[in-house]
This record gives sequence, C-alpha cells and structure tokens, in this order.
Amino acid sequence: MMRDSQENIPFALRQFTPAQLREALRKMHLIRLFEEGAEESYMRGLIHGTMHLSIGQEASAVATCMELTDADKITSTHRGHGHCIAKGADVGRMFAEFFGKETGYCHGRGGSMHIADVKTGNLGANGIVGGGLPIAVGAALTAKRLGREEVTVCFFGDGANNEGAFHEALNMAAIWKLPVIFVCENNRYGMSTSAAYATAVKNIADRAPAYAMPGVTVDGNDFSAVAEALHEAIARARAGEGPSLVENLTYRWRGHSKSDRNRYRTKDEIEEWMGRDPIARFRAELIAHGVLDEAGAEAVEAEARAAVAAGIEFARQSPAPGVGDVTKFVHAEAAA
Amino acid sequence: MNAQVQIDAQLRELSYAEAIREAMAIALESDPAVVLMGEDIGTYGGAFQVTGDLIDRFGPERVMDTPISELGGAGVAVGAALTGLKPIFEFQFSDFAALAMEQIVNQAAKLRYMLGGEAEVPVVFRMPSGSGTGAAAQHSQSFEAWFGHVPGLKVVQPSTPAEAKGLLLAALADPDPVVVFEHKLLYKMKGPVPAGHYITPIGKAAVVRPGNAVTIVASAIMVHRALEAAAKLAAEGIEAEVIDLRTVRPLDRETIIASVKKTGKLLCVYEGVRTLGVGAEISALVAESEAFDYLDAPIQRLGGAEAPIPYNPDLERAAVPQSPDIERVARQLAKGEV
Ligand SMILES: Cc1ncc(C[n+]2csc(CCOP(=O)(O)OP(=O)(O)O)c2C)c(N)n1
Ligand SMILES: [Mg+2]
Repeated sequence: MMRDSQENIPFALRQFTPAQLREALRKMHLIRLFEEGAEESYMRGLIHGTMHLSIGQEASAVATCMELTDADKITSTHRGHGHCIAKGADVGRMFAEFFGKETGYCHGRGGSMHIADVKTGNLGANGIVGGGLPIAVGAALTAKRLGREEVTVCFFGDGANNEGAFHEALNMAAIWKLPVIFVCENNRYGMSTSAAYATAVKNIADRAPAYAMPGVTVDGNDFSAVAEALHEAIARARAGEGPSLVENLTYRWRGHSKSDRNRYRTKDEIEEWMGRDPIARFRAELIAHGVLDEAGAEAVEAEARAAVAAGIEFARQSPAPGVGDVTKFVHAEAAA
Repeated sequence: MNAQVQIDAQLRELSYAEAIREAMAIALESDPAVVLMGEDIGTYGGAFQVTGDLIDRFGPERVMDTPISELGGAGVAVGAALTGLKPIFEFQFSDFAALAMEQIVNQAAKLRYMLGGEAEVPVVFRMPSGSGTGAAAQHSQSFEAWFGHVPGLKVVQPSTPAEAKGLLLAALADPDPVVVFEHKLLYKMKGPVPAGHYITPIGKAAVVRPGNAVTIVASAIMVHRALEAAAKLAAEGIEAEVIDLRTVRPLDRETIIASVKKTGKLLCVYEGVRTLGVGAEISALVAESEAFDYLDAPIQRLGGAEAPIPYNPDLERAAVPQSPDIERVARQLAKGEV
C-alpha cells in the first residue's frame, strides 16, 4: 500500500528532505538571478570579455550535484556559472571574479570562463570545449588510487562530444573502471551548430555502449528525473563499478555568448522551451506535494535575490589586483 | 609596398574582416577546388563574422561547418589538400590550434618532405589571435613563434586590411601550408583595399615609416602601436623607422638588416611571450649579420609577459607591449640611454 502511493511521488520528493528540496529550489533561483545579475553588470560595463549564460538549464546543474559532497569533484565548462553555484560556491566571490577583483575565486585572473571553487570540489570551468573530460578521468583515478570514496562529475555539452578528448576520456574511464559520471548537458546546439547536424548518433547517450558503460537520456528540465539518473550513476561509481553517462536534454534561453544573433534557431523554438521552465516546474511540484506553500516559495526566491544583490555589492567594493602582479601564480611561490 | 601602389589607383575602404572575406570570395569564385571549413562559419558567419554571408553566396558544400573537432577537422583539411582541394580552415581562436598541432606540425608541414617531394599540401589555416578582448588565458594567445619554429610551414601576420587580403591570396597561391595569424583587435579596423586579385608577397616585410634614429620591427597590432609611438617621438625630433614584419617564417632578412645598418639601433616588438619569441630570432639574425658592426646599442625586445593572459583588464593590458612602452624604449635607444 505504502509502496503504491509512493510510486506517484517523484523520485526527488521521496529521496530528499524538505530542507534539501527547499535548498535545491533556492539554488535554482540563485543561478537564474545570478545569471541575470551578471548579464546586467555586463551591460553596465562592470564585466568585460564574454559570458555564456545557463538560464534555462538550472535543473540540470542543481539536480546533478544533489548527492555530491564537498569532497566529490566536478569539472565544468565555459557555461559553468550554474555548476559552480550548484556545487556550493559563494556568489559574491563569483561576481568578484567577473569584476576582475582580487577577492574573486581566481583572484581576477580567470573571469567567467575559468570560474572555479576548488574548496567545494569545483575544479573549474574551461575555455576549451572538451578540456575537462580527461581531467575528470584523472580526478577519478586519484580517488581510486588513494582509496577515497569520492566521485567526479564531468559536465560537458553536446558540442563537446565530437572532440577526440571525449572519446579518449570515456574509453580510459571504462577500461580502468573509474568513479566518474559524464553528464552531457544537451541543449541542442554547440554555438550555432545543431547536435542533429554535427553528431552522427541521435542521442549523446548512444555513445555510451561503445565505451561499455550505461548511458541514459533524461528530461534535463525535470529536476527529479535528473536527480534519479545521477543517484544511480553515483551509486554505481561509489560501488566501484565504473563510469556512466547521463544526458540531460535541456535548452539555453539566451544566445551562445554575448555576441550571438540567434540566426540559427527560431523564435518559436525558443518560446516553446521557455514554456518548459525548469524552475517554475520544480517550484510547482514542491507546492503540489506540500513541501512549500506559495509564500514559502516566494521567501526562497527573495533569499536568492538578496544574495545576488549582496554579492554584486561585495564585488564592487573589492580591490583589484595590482598590475605589477602579472606573473604571480605562474609558478608556485618559492618557500619563504 | 606593391599593394600600396595599387591602392592609390582605387581608393576603397574595407575592414580587415571584410578584406579577408573578399579574398575568400575571390578564391571561391575563381577556383572550384577552394573550400572553407571551420566551426560556425556558415549561418553564424564565424565567431568574428569573417566568413559572414559567404554561405549564402557559395552554399554549405563550399562553406562547411565542422563539428567541434579541431584535430579531426584540420586533418580532413590536410587530407583534402593532399588530394586536390584547397581548403581554408578557420580556427575559431588560434588557441584551439593547440588541439590540432598533430595534423599541422606532424602531417601538413612535413608531408612534402617525408614523401620526397612527391606530394603537396596547399592548405591555409586561419587563426584569430592575440589579447585585448577580455577572453583570458585560453582565448588570447599569440602562437606565431610556435608555428614559426616548424620547417615546412609559412607563417604570416597581416597588420592592415590590404595586407590581410593580399597575404591570404598569397597563402592560397602557395603550394605549401600557410598559417595566417589574424589579430582579433584589427577585424573592425578600416583601411584602403585594392579591388580584385592581388598578392602581398610572403617573406617580404614593409618599411611603413622611414626614419634614421632607431629601427622598430613590429608585427600585427604592434605595428599600429609602434607607429603611434613613432609619431610621438617625431615630435621630439626622433625619427624611428617602423618595419611591418608581415611574415614570421620565412623572415625578410634583407629589409631588417638594411634598416639596422642605417639606424644602428634595433627594437623588436611582438605580442607573443618575450622569451624564445619572434624578436629573439630577429635579434639573432641581426647579431649574426653584417649589421652587427653597425649596432650602436644593445638590441632591445618588447614582448608578452612571462605569463598566461590574465582576465582583469588592467593586468591584460600590462601583459603585452603598449604604445607608451614602445615609445619609452625607442627613446632610450635613440638617446643612447640603453
Ligand atoms: C576546443 C574549442 N573549440 C571551440 C571553442 C569555441 N566554442 C566555445 S563554446 C562552443 C560551443 C560548445 O557547445 P556545447 O559543448 O554544446 O556547449 P554549450 O555552449 O551548448 O553549453 C564553441 C564552439 C572552444 N572554446 N574550444
Ligand atoms: Mg550545447
């Protein structure tokens, strides 16, 4: 009886405590608001360079990281703000990085494309598409050799699956049975190039059998579906059974970067996907199952909003690095 | 200066990006073997809008979007060049050529030699290069010295729209692989560009400002920074001679040596990392030549910092030579203060 009634309840609501679910919603709002704050700061000239926003992909980032501890590692991508927040980074230090400040996670040297938080296990975004894939396998090798319980989650995009590094990394992870989970955020495009054109297989998960690992494709805008797929893959990795591939089907609402004119996709397509807002969906689910009420959800969003405002303020007031320090951090500093 | 002559006949302003596009359009029109390959060069028009609308004019079979596969894509271009096509392969950023070093360095550069002259690889690699865009360490590098170190490759670095077109057409006419470094900060720069087909010869530098007090050899965006510095120095009565290097491999020994014999002072300015960079080779060739006896002061080099390109804009500026740096060192040289 008990079992039957539970079956209609989404995995995430069975698996996680109300406090955890509330925190997940807060992080999803935080990512959305952070991205909007970054976009606005860019418009106002507080951020230079370029930026790749993950608005629309929040469920993928947060649900993927649900069961990870600070000891577990992730490797991230150029579209990495959401991953960084999901793994537990402080948005003030992230904004500080984007503003080029010494208090930023990379002391102003890296910017958006290299955002990282090594202390919470985020080994870094990457300016090189596919660059993180073998690195994740290396992190998993460390865990295995040193007998640590840790797993590594490797985020990558649909476009990255056509780099040689992807194929080499998956093969090595499989032959050495390493505790790594390859998480493809398939948002249908690598810049302007559709996965349908650029990738020989229909789903990225179809690559998994070639490397003798399980591969699943899930609705990446469904928090619970992603969390469930990761639950299984993480359990497998922790049990020493080797790597898995999880493909989260999702969509980026914004252009690829700040210079995208969106000529390769239609307004209709963008609007259709905006109708599948992962945050609205998760929030409605939590309210429907009584985890939160409307006022509670509002409070969660307000908390995230306040954190973003405080983060921008912190970043603004932080000092910039000295221009004399161009070569600092190139090598380890000689011991005093 | 052979492009210069024609410019006078037909003054027409194009941007550096437009000039490159025009060269590619001429090539596509005149030679059915020419194909463009690269990431997002079709509908998107290229990351820096260099290919622009060429897909509309020539179709997706001549303007081919590749998957994100630099090593494979460059290799396909090499194989196609080996067998009769003339590919122009665009890297989205020169930094990503690091993923394709195998095909460029081990294959394209050496095939003619390894096969005893029985084969050729007429491929062109286009590489948006350099810092100044806030794109940080993996999107801002200047790799010309890397490729300049490889026998079998030719390496060019246009500094103006006219050169960009003429050097690309020269690269296409060349039977061997040519690597073209385009500077990202120059794409929007406008300048006079001759219409039609013409070639800016590979291996020839250009004296872009004559002078007798000091020779400044510069490449790509550094040419403009050197000219700016030279204009300031001229107001003080110091006439610097500015040489636009244009080609990194093979270097134009004659132009450089003749200038140093005239001025007796040499300053090399380049954006790549200073150590083991293009300026090191220029310094050595002068020191080894008959110009050595004419030197009145130690050779000076201004190059990129011994660091990756940082994100913070002030640090980023500090990491590569700027016009005031050039002005300062050239002045010291001219005044015998070095
Ligand atoms: C090796 C390499 N090639 C090309 C690029 C330029 N680039 C940056 S992101 C991107 C698209 C990546 O697509 P995908 O992996 O699907 O990630 P998404 O942007 O969709 O999140 C491209 C082509 C790069 N940064 N690195
Ligand atoms: Mg994608």
